[in-house]
Amino acid sequence: MTDATAHRSPPRPSGLEGVAADWASDQRAFKTASWGKAMMWIFLLSDTFVFAIFLISYMSARSSTEVEWPNASEVFALHVGQTELPLLLIAIMTFVLISSSGTMAMAVNFAYARNRRRTAQLMFATAALGALFVGMQAFEWTKLISEGVRPWGNPWGAEQFGATFFMITGFHGTHVSFGVLFLLIVANKVRKGEFDSGRRTWLCREKGDYEAVEIMGLYWHFVDLVWVFIFAFFYLW
Amino acid sequence: MTHAAASDTHASHEGQAHPIRLYLTCWGFLFVLSAASYMVDYAQLQGALRWSLILIFMVLKAGLIVAVFMHMAWERLALVYAILLPPLAALVFMGIMLAESDYTLQSRTTYLSGDPDLAVTREGGHE
Repeated sequence: MTDATAHRSPPRPSGLEGVAADWASDQRAFKTASWGKAMMWIFLLSDTFVFAIFLISYMSARSSTEVEWPNASEVFALHVGQTELPLLLIAIMTFVLISSSGTMAMAVNFAYARNRRRTAQLMFATAALGALFVGMQAFEWTKLISEGVRPWGNPWGAEQFGATFFMITGFHGTHVSFGVLFLLIVANKVRKGEFDSGRRTWLCREKGDYEAVEIMGLYWHFVDLVWVFIFAFFYLW
Repeated sequence: MTHAAASDTHASHEGQAHPIRLYLTCWGFLFVLSAASYMVDYAQLQGALRWSLILIFMVLKAGLIVAVFMHMAWERLALVYAILLPPLAALVFMGIMLAESDYTLQSRTTYLSGDPDLAVTREGGHE
């Protein structure tokens, strides 16, 4: 139906032999991944390079400056009562994003179980956590800007700190924001039962085709994945 | 004939049905690992210990997300390699830029360190 060769091909080998067989001529390379999923993965691969290059430029800026790099542990500390807790806001943001990844993974699971209500609920929860993350990032930006951090300088050390900070977290925050937008769109379609209607749309090939939720999830987990690297290299290093 | 093809697409639709406990366990591990990497900063560990712990926790977290949440562990190897191998090029680029920034730092400390005499003597020594 979708693939003329699929039902005629002999049993698929696994392992390295499988890689060679799948990539061999005149057939689709990704046997079990639909085009939608494969294309999302390839988009995410290109996005990986974008963020990799941001982090590499941050690395070269930081390792080529003579001036002391501002201590992230102190820059991002929060005062709670009398004590100063290092990196507190960033830690909370990390947990919020991981939780949103957890709810997203469960939404995908419920989607494949055709549980419409649960799927929509969990996706809305994911979107809410994502929005909370962006909100906390806005708070963090406001705090730093009021303390005098600019792309061309800051009160604590190397001038490149501000430029890399705004660039990297800004680009990541944009990804989260668009993710929230698309989550809301897909979740609303799930809630309205569009994937069960049998109508063919750009997100749905046939009745009960919930793969769009998983593809949405791939994007969302990727945003969480990027944060893991930003957290390690920018905030902890 | 069409039936075989239909069941093939069908299988790809439902290919990612795993017990919910798996996701909860993964979620729990991610929480623990995040807390651990936060503790690295909180305990003010320094030097090689700090960097190696940060990297270990980072790689474990990234691995869990990609393998379990993004279902990479259940995809065919053709897709896994197509997606996970190209980023290695970024690692090579990282190595190149690390060498390059080392050189930049060297010329900055030699010629732009704000001490004009130093720069002159260094240059003079060269002649």
